[in-house]
Amino acid sequence: MSVQTARPGDPSGLLRPGFAEPTLDAQRCFRILLDAMAHPGRIAELPVAIEPPPGLMAASAALCLTLLDAETPFWLDPAAAGAEAAAWLRFHCGCPLAADSRQAAFALVAGTAPDLTRFAEGDDLAPEASATLIWQVERLEESGPLVLTGPGIERKRALGLAPLAEGFLEAWAANGALFPCGLDLVLVCGGRLAALPRTTRIARRETDGED
Amino acid sequence: MTAMDRAAGPRRPGYNYAFLDEATKREIRRKLLKAVAIPGHQVPFSSREMPMPPGWGTGGIQVTASLIGPSDVLKVIDQGSDDTTNAVSIRRFFAETAGVETTSSTRRASIIQTRHRVPETPLSEGQILVFQVPLPEPLRFLEPRESETRKLHALAEYGSAYVSLYEQVARHGRIAQSYDYPVMVGARYLMRPSPIPSFDNPKLDRSPALLLFGAGRERRLYAVPPYTSVESLSFEDRPFRIELPPRRCDLCGATDSFLDEIVADDAGTRIFACSDSEYCGERQRAQGLSVVAP
Repeated sequence: MSVQTARPGDPSGLLRPGFAEPTLDAQRCFRILLDAMAHPGRIAELPVAIEPPPGLMAASAALCLTLLDAETPFWLDPAAAGAEAAAWLRFHCGCPLAADSRQAAFALVAGTAPDLTRFAEGDDLAPEASATLIWQVERLEESGPLVLTGPGIERKRALGLAPLAEGFLEAWAANGALFPCGLDLVLVCGGRLAALPRTTRIARRETDGED
Repeated sequence: MTAMDRAAGPRRPGYNYAFLDEATKREIRRKLLKAVAIPGHQVPFSSREMPMPPGWGTGGIQVTASLIGPSDVLKVIDQGSDDTTNAVSIRRFFAETAGVETTSSTRRASIIQTRHRVPETPLSEGQILVFQVPLPEPLRFLEPRESETRKLHALAEYGSAYVSLYEQVARHGRIAQSYDYPVMVGARYLMRPSPIPSFDNPKLDRSPALLLFGAGRERRLYAVPPYTSVESLSFEDRPFRIELPPRRCDLCGATDSFLDEIVADDAGTRIFACSDSEYCGERQRAQGLSVVAP
């Protein structure tokens, strides 16, 4: 798929394009994401070629195009992306950009351990009113020191992600303790993704013994 | 090859892909993701007018429309059968609006939309079963107010559901519920599995397939992810039991499938035959019989 792009300083002054086929590309990306959410920790590649704006990884951009619109306030981590990404999101998704992270239905975060307490976790009457975070990481593998269990996982599943700060596993356990409330995470690395719904428990493997 | 099997073809012009507009699909998609993340919890959604009356599967159709794509193979069943009116209409709807391949084969289908049955052929990982749900609220006949049932779910206060089963034991000497038998999902949410026979309940437990439920009139979506515990309510001294007539299918001889009682001729002769028409047909074919539709 050829992608026509306007880079910063491009005399055409155009924004980078979104999906080549909005309807079918969104459908394909959603099915991959739904499958990932139903099988936590399973890594999948999004089947679309997209050149994201600076700060967004390709899969993050595709997920935004798939899920966001005027009904979904989006919070963009200033450490991850800047004005060009914001303009791209406003144009292609038409989503409001939330100044207050607690108002966001979706958020893009980067770094070693996103602060999970700054987003809406829903309440017991409407636990679905919680935020979904897209967390951009530098390394994402189906092997590694993390062991996942929970709905969608037949026995257990290994996951490796980096960078990962020590505090994250504790913060994630605290998020799980809120169930049925709590945040859902989508890990993104380049064009690939894996999901961690609030039901997934994460432990650190003690030894490299049998699995 | 049967009338149910149709290759992917052109779509009817003038409609968006799979009928629904993109904003509606996006909303349903976002809600489905939350439903999967909170197994058994009913998520409200906007539920659009569909070109058929509520009660004919509009919830399931909206879920399927938000899922389906050109590489999907769709199977639709109504009470287990591929060739009853509801199944034929819905299959044709998606063949025309999405141009997808349709099939009667449970094994080949990537999406199976169903009214009131789970196929006999075991489902596999990667398949999605979409249930049409008339009444999503398992506590509705015990507590008519939506505001109250939501609180009961928030508090996981399900005592009344057990009392209702106990009343059946007191009245009939056993739990008499034979369909729409309530289940606990992930040991947290009480869920109505839609009016499937209780015979099908064990198939939901730790199913490798993703189970999605859509209630169009009641505007609710819910889900059970793969490998999630789905436990039929019971008491320690009254375990959950499936009751089957001590019979075999008169057409294929199956002893392990759910049977319908069917009037076979003008003289009132009655036969018992598999409710799952594809399963029955495959079994007849395997035995070299000329296939009779149940």
